[in-house]
Amino acid sequence: MARRITTQRKVIVTAVAWTIGIVLFFPILWTFLTSFKSEADAIASPPQFLFFHWTTENYLEVQSRSNYFSHFLNSVIISFGSTLLGLIIAVPSAWAMAFSPTKRTKDVLMWMLSTKMMPAVGALIPIYLLFRNTGLLDSRIGLVVVLMLINLPIIIWMLYTYFKEIPGEILEAARMDGASLSKEIIYVLTPMAVPGIASTLLLNIILSWNEAFWTLNLTASKAAPLTTFIASYSSPEGLFYAKLSAASTMAIAPILILGWFSQKQLVRGLTFGAVK
Amino acid sequence: MGSITLQKVSKVFGEAKVIPSIDLEIKDGEFVVFVGPSGCGKSTLLRLIAGLEDVSGGKIVIDGKDATESAPSERRLAMVFQSYALYPHMSVRSNIAFPLKMAGMAKPEIDKKVADAARVLNLTDYLDRKPRALSGGQRQRVAIGRAIVRQPSAFLFDEPLSNLDAALRVNMRLEISELHQQLKTTMIYVTHDQVEAMTMADKIVVLNRGNIEQVGSPMELYSKPRNLFVAGFIGSPKMNFVPQGSQTLGVRPEHIQLSMESGEWKGKVVVAEHLGSDTFLHVNVEGIGQMTARGDGSFPAKAGDTVYLTADKARIHRFNEQGLAI
Repeated sequence: MARRITTQRKVIVTAVAWTIGIVLFFPILWTFLTSFKSEADAIASPPQFLFFHWTTENYLEVQSRSNYFSHFLNSVIISFGSTLLGLIIAVPSAWAMAFSPTKRTKDVLMWMLSTKMMPAVGALIPIYLLFRNTGLLDSRIGLVVVLMLINLPIIIWMLYTYFKEIPGEILEAARMDGASLSKEIIYVLTPMAVPGIASTLLLNIILSWNEAFWTLNLTASKAAPLTTFIASYSSPEGLFYAKLSAASTMAIAPILILGWFSQKQLVRGLTFGAVK
Repeated sequence: MGSITLQKVSKVFGEAKVIPSIDLEIKDGEFVVFVGPSGCGKSTLLRLIAGLEDVSGGKIVIDGKDATESAPSERRLAMVFQSYALYPHMSVRSNIAFPLKMAGMAKPEIDKKVADAARVLNLTDYLDRKPRALSGGQRQRVAIGRAIVRQPSAFLFDEPLSNLDAALRVNMRLEISELHQQLKTTMIYVTHDQVEAMTMADKIVVLNRGNIEQVGSPMELYSKPRNLFVAGFIGSPKMNFVPQGSQTLGVRPEHIQLSMESGEWKGKVVVAEHLGSDTFLHVNVEGIGQMTARGDGSFPAKAGDTVYLTADKARIHRFNEQGLAI
């Protein structure tokens, strides 16, 4: 029997949902609006919502002061690079844990997750020293490795969950059909796990794109991604809200667009296996 | 060639001894059925032969060569799984071609073999479909197709028909038997259904708790069961067991004469099942308990009637205290 929902209840629930949605979205909207204001309008009190003098000068200024595209390129290389490298390591690991578990598999999974519970700053000094001594400071390759490592537990966990959904008999069939381990993974497992792998990929690109702690601490200029680019606008010479907003908008726009176009895949991936 | 020999094969999972120790000889071209109740180790035994599980002890010899340590792909065996285990992202054609592709066969040769297999199994019209667009019976045929293209030395079937509906099961049973007659390749077939075992096998291996209870042709098992377990497992409806002193008498329902007037045992019909061709009566016999008897389709008894049962003396089985046939 379908549940009966009164009109009144429907109205309240809808209103609450919209309110939460708007509250969550508002900071992004505000950043976007501020990026088109003059610095004076940006700090005006009371704040102006829509009726101010719209200008694009912040964007021009930001682009002329710092090279957006080099930061953008760094972000792309670091987020895609760390995700792909992570995937190459995570697919075989998750395969092993999903299809050939031992008594300790659950412990290993928990241990990997526990590394995410430690505050990142706890590992900053040793990592910083390692980077300095190996000449990896301010290098893309260094950031690719570090971001891969911090996201690896999540990648493995997500893939492990997807792989668990694949019937073991199909892989056994491949084995009987003469597939070697690598062929089994390439021809059978991976194609079947494509939705899961795709959403893992997307989520990790987003996570690495937005990662600020390590990127800020381990880069200066050459390898600096967009997070550093934003941070450079909250500088000692005073806060320039309009320019900071313009920089932020430019930094989050690409990932927002990627997320928008892949939201179906993301949602499907994240709820994969929830309903059979 | 496809002879398989098991020598003292055992399998232990943690603390559980699933298979204590099994010796078995399977000759080339034989249709062997492993049958037994669920949890008797029959699927495990098949998986040991396939190489999907490692043995804990003993030796597996395939075609005269020790294959105990060989990988599944090196044993030249093909397996048909209960869930069909088709590759869902591949077309029927690619599914059937997969083992040939793995063997590194040339494309034209693969195409020819796939076409041949599809013709034999009536799958020609479905070659470009994905498995999800097929019915259960068609999927099963694709799984069989994938097994036959590589011309294995033996086929392993793991309860292949249990996901099909009753009518289709009878059809596929027939198809598999025909296939065996055509190919004359060794087949090992696992089932819990004794009807499948009786109808298809050259040789039945009855398993119970990881041990072989008896090996023999269907009729041998039916007419000379070695012990109570085999006697009770083979035959449908089940054999009746009547305690007599320290011994147990076994009487099959079809070896009981039914009468409304007189006979050896008197009892009251609890349930009467009229199948048309036969009538099965479940009778509460005084001093013995419930017994099942088969009469012909026209036998008029109904629930509550008093009937008389007489066992065919020549076909009574006797078992001693240990449950072994005397």
